[in-house]
Amino acid sequence: MIAILKYNSGNIMSVRVALKRLGHDAVITDDPDIISSAEKVIIPGVGEAASAMRHLREKGLDRAIVSLRQPVLGICLGLQLMCASSEEGDTEGLGIFETQVRRFPDGARVPHMGWNDFVSLGDVPLFKGVETGDDVYYVHSYYAGVNGNTIAVCDYGLPFSAAMRKDNFYATQFHPEKSAATGARILKNFTEL
Amino acid sequence: MLKKRIIPCLDIRDGRTVKGVSFVNLRDAGDPVELARAYADQAADEIVFLDITATHEKRKTLAPLVEKIANAINIPFTVGGGISTKEDVSVLISSGADKVSVNTAAVLYPALITRLADSFGSQCIVVAIDAQLIDGEWRVCINGGRKVTTVRALQWAEEAMQRGAGEILLTSVNSDGTKEGFSTDITSAVSDRVNIPVIASGGAGTMEHFRKVFEETACTAALAASVFHFGEILIPDLKRYLQKNNINVRL
Repeated sequence: MIAILKYNSGNIMSVRVALKRLGHDAVITDDPDIISSAEKVIIPGVGEAASAMRHLREKGLDRAIVSLRQPVLGICLGLQLMCASSEEGDTEGLGIFETQVRRFPDGARVPHMGWNDFVSLGDVPLFKGVETGDDVYYVHSYYAGVNGNTIAVCDYGLPFSAAMRKDNFYATQFHPEKSAATGARILKNFTEL
Repeated sequence: MLKKRIIPCLDIRDGRTVKGVSFVNLRDAGDPVELARAYADQAADEIVFLDITATHEKRKTLAPLVEKIANAINIPFTVGGGISTKEDVSVLISSGADKVSVNTAAVLYPALITRLADSFGSQCIVVAIDAQLIDGEWRVCINGGRKVTTVRALQWAEEAMQRGAGEILLTSVNSDGTKEGFSTDITSAVSDRVNIPVIASGGAGTMEHFRKVFEETACTAALAASVFHFGEILIPDLKRYLQKNNINVRL
């Protein structure tokens, strides 16, 4: 069973229907016990960092997430929450990735919104069957720079982490659930980890 | 590199797709879910659904349709038409819409943009601006283009951005339905004034029109309806044409 973490009020239905198209049922939940016992966990990308972190702490989800041993996929804001801190609302993050999340500098048109490519660094199981140059859908105003956990890089005025990994924790800045066939392949790869 | 987006717009009335010529003389062009799926398959980059009669007739029954669309397609989509409260937005987003567009209500109550951006994040709040050139000045129209206000389009675009809009959908009322090309002057002025993505809309008739709006303005996307709905331009052909002309698109 795949658990999709529920927090704030954004569109988390997209992740569930994308999984459904791949033949997987998922539950949307903010119950730490259900999250902990799920085979896989997805932290979807909706909302604002500081209020999302507050919500996770209030529900005891912050401790539950960092102790997970099964594959976890953070998407967009999910990736950013997994970092040490974010400039959005000046908040501490979950600290799974040591890097800091920053706002795109003045001069860039933000949000970085639309289809952009990424370069995978090495042979990454999450990107099996995905060609270099395939486009995926991004919409974000904050980014994690390239760091030791980066497994894919995108460029928008500056290079940033399109995806990161540490042990069982995976994260994409783009939205695989909104990235047509390429995104579906990446989600399928995640379900097969 | 970030690609220029091609966005078909499905105007919706009574759950069916329609296209107004200058917002009147509606013609039925099919089932929105089927059309959306076809567009996603053709590599449309996003889809916009506008309930064009919503403001006028105060209809707000899009949610069940939105849910069907969310189940059918795996690309982002925006829903607009008659949205005036946080509750309206909440219903549409929880039904699966990625973004919502606000128009008339935002002009009448600009604080709505701030409230929506604070609640849902700027990335899902599109401010749609219908601009009409009157006596040499681009003014904002409301109520589906039927009523001209004293608000100036350029200033309004900037205010919308400052209040937290994540994107501007700029429609030239003068060009809309004419198939004589996008209004590149106002598109260029707005795109240069704001630091958020701008979608050019109104007037697409040929592939050349798309090339022109991307070459002559800093808009990040272009939207059209009838040329796509009636197959006058096929999106894959359009994208190949744009790429041949050195405009980066997703193929």
